[in-house]
Amino acid sequence: MTKIKSLFISLVLTLGVSSAIAGSHGSTLDLVKERGKVMCGSNTGLTGFGAPNDAGVWEGIDVDICRAVAAAVFGDASKVEYVPTTTKVRFTVLQSGEVDLLARNTTWTLSRDVDLGLEFVGVNYYDGQGFMVPAALGVSSATELDGASVCIQVGTTTEMNLADYFKANGMSYESVPVETNSEADAAYIAGRCDVYTTDASGLYSSRAGYADPSAHVVLPEIISKEPLGPAVRHGDSEWADIVRWSLNAMIIGEELGITSTNVEEMKGSKNPEVLRLLGVEPGYGAYLGLDNEWAVNILSQVGNYSESFEKHIGPNTPINIQRGLNALYKDGGILYAPPFR
Amino acid sequence: MQTNFIRKIFFDEKSRSLLIQALVIGIFAVFIYLLVQQTAANLERRGISSGFDFLSMGAGYDISIRLIPFTSEDTHLRAYFVGLLNTLMIAICGCFLATILGFFVGVIRLSSNWLFRNIAYVYVEFTRNVPVLLQIILYYSILLHLPKIKQAIVLFEGFYLTNRGLYSPLPIFKEGFSIIVVSFVLAIIASFIIKKYLKKKQEHTGKQYPIFLINSALVIFTPIFMYYLMGMPLEFELPVLKGFNFKGGMVIRPEFIGMLLGLSIYTAAFISETVRSGIISVSKGQREASQALGLKSNLIMKLIIIPQALRVIIPPLTSQYLNLTKNSSLGIAIGYADLVHGFGGISLNQTGRAIEIMLMVMLTYLTISLIISFFMNIYNKAVQFKGNA
Repeated sequence: MTKIKSLFISLVLTLGVSSAIAGSHGSTLDLVKERGKVMCGSNTGLTGFGAPNDAGVWEGIDVDICRAVAAAVFGDASKVEYVPTTTKVRFTVLQSGEVDLLARNTTWTLSRDVDLGLEFVGVNYYDGQGFMVPAALGVSSATELDGASVCIQVGTTTEMNLADYFKANGMSYESVPVETNSEADAAYIAGRCDVYTTDASGLYSSRAGYADPSAHVVLPEIISKEPLGPAVRHGDSEWADIVRWSLNAMIIGEELGITSTNVEEMKGSKNPEVLRLLGVEPGYGAYLGLDNEWAVNILSQVGNYSESFEKHIGPNTPINIQRGLNALYKDGGILYAPPFR
Repeated sequence: MQTNFIRKIFFDEKSRSLLIQALVIGIFAVFIYLLVQQTAANLERRGISSGFDFLSMGAGYDISIRLIPFTSEDTHLRAYFVGLLNTLMIAICGCFLATILGFFVGVIRLSSNWLFRNIAYVYVEFTRNVPVLLQIILYYSILLHLPKIKQAIVLFEGFYLTNRGLYSPLPIFKEGFSIIVVSFVLAIIASFIIKKYLKKKQEHTGKQYPIFLINSALVIFTPIFMYYLMGMPLEFELPVLKGFNFKGGMVIRPEFIGMLLGLSIYTAAFISETVRSGIISVSKGQREASQALGLKSNLIMKLIIIPQALRVIIPPLTSQYLNLTKNSSLGIAIGYADLVHGFGGISLNQTGRAIEIMLMVMLTYLTISLIISFFMNIYNKAVQFKGNA
């Protein structure tokens, strides 16, 4: 009888504890601080955006968001653990609390923002869906693609855009669904499909990795809006603010001409917005629950937006993307951060 | 009276065990209830919508491998059926091919020819000891390295082999074709009646008739005769290379062929072992006795060995069928649009209803498996010894 009794008690305890864990509702910031590192949902490998380099260190403009958040919270940009996620599992991984933020070229859409219980905190790359074809096919426009086989990553917005675009133009196609970017590359190179479609940034990134990048052309048509940005879980606005303003600090840093090399000099600037950002005029860190040096740490360790862009995907990298839409609003782009005051 | 009753519950072995069983079921039910409730509450707290309303919403994506028409405007529910049919198609084709290959290899494994026997041995040991996922990816990769579409291999007139699949002519049925189908079905029915009649006659007279020959001729020539009688109501649409792809005709995609090869070659290795054990289980005396009766070796196999071996073969064969069906969910690795890939992958991603969709997919696999078991059990009963064996 005692055996059954103890069994019953332990069962009740287990249930109680498990529901307590499931129901725990602590702030993400406290959780992150306690853990000592930021858990960051990254791509499984997209050169220039989020991929490990030769030394196994994660790099890219998406990865820089995670590093910026770590720099803001801990003063050390390296305190990040990367969790590679496929397009399929990325939302579940975030919803379940396995990662604190998702920074992996994910398009901000209404249904994801509202229905999936996510919160997109900004845009770190304005993208659009494009098409890549072998130059030998002699295709110069996406409207000539009637009847083509198209490689596409499953579970993405591109899949629906593709269906809409071909339907709107009265064209047919065969979709060849693949799981990851590298599988898509393999199928495309083998000639299983004529066309590879995904966000234009992804196409440039893939092309840079091919044996002969010049044998492939990215067609001029951009068929969708794909604002890519970091996302967090719904319901913890404090944490969302930290991620949002970590990104904004990088953009404002570029606006104000603060780089990783001149950040200390800039503390002597006469511009009050610079002084606010760099914590010389105190108070703004406390609003976020961080110390006053948070933006200094981001800018000195990660750099401003322009530095991150030029280092990972700019014209001097194999990926070779122009700033285009992603230039600051005053340089003809649409990159625009709310004022720091 | 009351104490007696309680005493009886605790000290009577039968009622005590009943009590414990009831208790365990009760605890399990409470556990499931709490799990469901907790999940629902957590989903709601995190602002994640749930429910099955998404089934009637537009899917928004296209599926290339399909047995029923499907466009991006159709619903997720239709996407479910497209996936289900693709799963059933690979499961049925796979079980069929695996059974034939498995029986063949199983018999060869017992062959007296050293070379054949050992080739079969190497095949079995290699395929059943390498994970099926790797085999599927291997076959698919080989298929992807077939010639590109512009350099298609011409097998026959109208048959092209490329890394986008096997293109073949599409039969187009014209008016009057249904009569041919009917005559074909009638011929099959007639062949059964003839078989029964001739068997009976054989039992009476002892004279053997070439039943197989007669029936084959009947089943083959009746439709051919009707075909010409009806004025050849069948045409073929040939695939023609136009632009990027072949237009017209039929195509079997490399994703399907890769899955079919991977699953059936893998499962056939297990089936061949089952068949071998079944044949060995028939005692040597049976064979010797039938040889003594002067039966030819193919008749010994057909009439004496196989019917007895089936008793041993069927139950493990059932579980191999179930394995193959469940393994078909690996289609996701190479983009075969089965239930898990389309509905369980793409729809899941577009709608975010992970729990609902996974439950539906799991219940579907459960149902398919139970149906297979049900029919295999009926067949199993039919081949068991009748009477007091």
